[in-house]
Amino acid sequence: MSHSDERSNPFETVSDVEISRKEYYRTVLDTNVLAPLRILLNDPRGLFGFSTIVFFILVGTVGVWLTNPPDGTGGVLLSPFQNMEYPLGTDRYGNDLMLGLIHATPFMLLMIAGGALYNISVATIVGTFAGYKGGRIDEILMMICDAIIAVPGLPLVIVIAVIFEPTNPFVVGIVITLPRWAGLARALRSEVLSVRQESYIEASRTMGIPTRTILRHEIVPNLMPYIMINLVNAARGVIFASVGLYFLGILSVSTQNWGVMMNLAYTAAGSLYTWQSAHWLILPMICVVWLSFGLIMFGQAADKVFNPRLRARHAETVDEEAR
Amino acid sequence: MNWYLKRTLQALLTIYAVVSFTFVMIRQLPGGPQDYIRARLIQQKGGSLTTQEMEQLNALVESYVNIQPDKPLWQQYIDYVVAVFQGDLGRSIWHQEAVASVIAERLPWTIFLMAMAITLTFTLGITLGALMAYAEGTKFDVAFSSLSTFLTSVPYYVVAILLVYILGYQMQLFPIGGRMTPGTVPGLNYAFFAGVLVHAALPIASMVVTGIGGRALGMRGNSVRVMGEDYIRVAQLRGLRSRRIALHYVARNALLPLYTSLMISIGFMFGGAVILEKVFNYRGAGLLLFQSIKTRDYTLMMGCFLVITVAVVIGIYIADLTYGKLDPRLESGERHESF
Repeated sequence: MSHSDERSNPFETVSDVEISRKEYYRTVLDTNVLAPLRILLNDPRGLFGFSTIVFFILVGTVGVWLTNPPDGTGGVLLSPFQNMEYPLGTDRYGNDLMLGLIHATPFMLLMIAGGALYNISVATIVGTFAGYKGGRIDEILMMICDAIIAVPGLPLVIVIAVIFEPTNPFVVGIVITLPRWAGLARALRSEVLSVRQESYIEASRTMGIPTRTILRHEIVPNLMPYIMINLVNAARGVIFASVGLYFLGILSVSTQNWGVMMNLAYTAAGSLYTWQSAHWLILPMICVVWLSFGLIMFGQAADKVFNPRLRARHAETVDEEAR
Repeated sequence: MNWYLKRTLQALLTIYAVVSFTFVMIRQLPGGPQDYIRARLIQQKGGSLTTQEMEQLNALVESYVNIQPDKPLWQQYIDYVVAVFQGDLGRSIWHQEAVASVIAERLPWTIFLMAMAITLTFTLGITLGALMAYAEGTKFDVAFSSLSTFLTSVPYYVVAILLVYILGYQMQLFPIGGRMTPGTVPGLNYAFFAGVLVHAALPIASMVVTGIGGRALGMRGNSVRVMGEDYIRVAQLRGLRSRRIALHYVARNALLPLYTSLMISIGFMFGGAVILEKVFNYRGAGLLLFQSIKTRDYTLMMGCFLVITVAVVIGIYIADLTYGKLDPRLESGERHESF
């Protein structure tokens, strides 16, 4: 087709620039990985959240690989920051607390991953489907969600955990947040309600594109910031509930886990009457608060990552005009 | 359908679903409920049993779990649901008493604790959020926004443990457990009320301190959004008093979206009672649920779960009805086209 043709069809125009395979991969990497990272790291909240998550993942993988689990050979209740050999002190049984915290991390991370992924997938499927479909289906799905929301999560999880006694961290994560998706689904549904009337979605519908495809390619990408924040909140929910249940000793205390550490520190005879064992109780608490604070900060900053304008500004391979 | 009728049906349906769920769960108990209780009772009596004693025992087992094993499944289910709706939750092995009466003694304390916590969290959180929104961008706003964000990442039981550890055990300013001062007589007297409040102060405080941040941030966000709306500008141009704009225009519209989080909070806080009452050794329904697990008293455990759930469903139902009063759009019903 010649360029002089005034009535050239836009759908048949071919780009006059050819890119090599290497350039193509560079663009993909730049727009999908590097640009979001730059946005994230430019925001102090994103920087804090991202480094917290990376730190805990490193501790849970490399840290576990480098160190041995605590073996109870240290002195009893050594204070932290006194002895180079036991930087965070020891507990009543002579276990190095730093090693204890390190070796509890993989369990925590697996549990968080299990719970968060399970919740966000179910919530996204139910929420977007109900919101998009509308009508009777929406009514029925939301009725089920409302019923689940009305059941207090923790007692329900306790009853299930006592009867089925899960031990696999991934499964524990799922069990702990079993009813939680309902609240997320409801929130996502109301977001979908505002998107579904957009003209480009109506266009897709008129073209006869199947619902599944519309949901996947048009609706869900629009909800990504929202899903991200909810993913982070779900992860925090897993941490809160699991540490709480392990602290109560309702879930099996035979695993290495921050909640179990708190349980031991709290229930050890007379430990609350003295300041000497305070570090034993407080260190796992710091880990819990630190990780959940990092997740919240990450979620707040991730909001920006899905803003297409911001993303273009931070990508090197996108033309000036396109910004 | 009428919105109130719909909500009422919804609440009843939820309760019915939960009762069905407990039926399934009781049947899932390790080794089955009957075998389990039979073993426990044989253990208590000690030694072997004659056939006659065995029959008596089977009758006894039935009175503990309100499920008869020899009937067909659907019959067991109907009997169970009917029994529960009549208030028969079986017998507690540990307390040797009807589950319903054991719980009835504990439940008011939990409701008192949680109602106080929810009310305080929401009134204080909403006030703080509104103040933050009015002072948007100032140092006050930035400081409290950061503090609120931080507080949402602290679990309530962490605050609870620290409070009981520092203010209870170490400084001895507050009691470390219990729900009333020993020696006081329940009734309309000062000593009793003061004791109840002192014992409830720390559990309530730990819920409020950790819950307030989320509510404040939610209210702040909503208020800032509402204040940017055109109708606020119109109201200002009409020369309405700022007090009227603040309360009737901004506050009302900013409050409505918070109702969903109120619903979720009711369930979250009542559920949290299990951990909270354990930390403070507060003899409420939550602690009872915890103890029933430790003593393997499964009928009591299921009873506690059922009762706490029903309390939450009723709480949400009440909140729902007031929401209908606040938001006139609801009664007409939100309808949208189906694709």
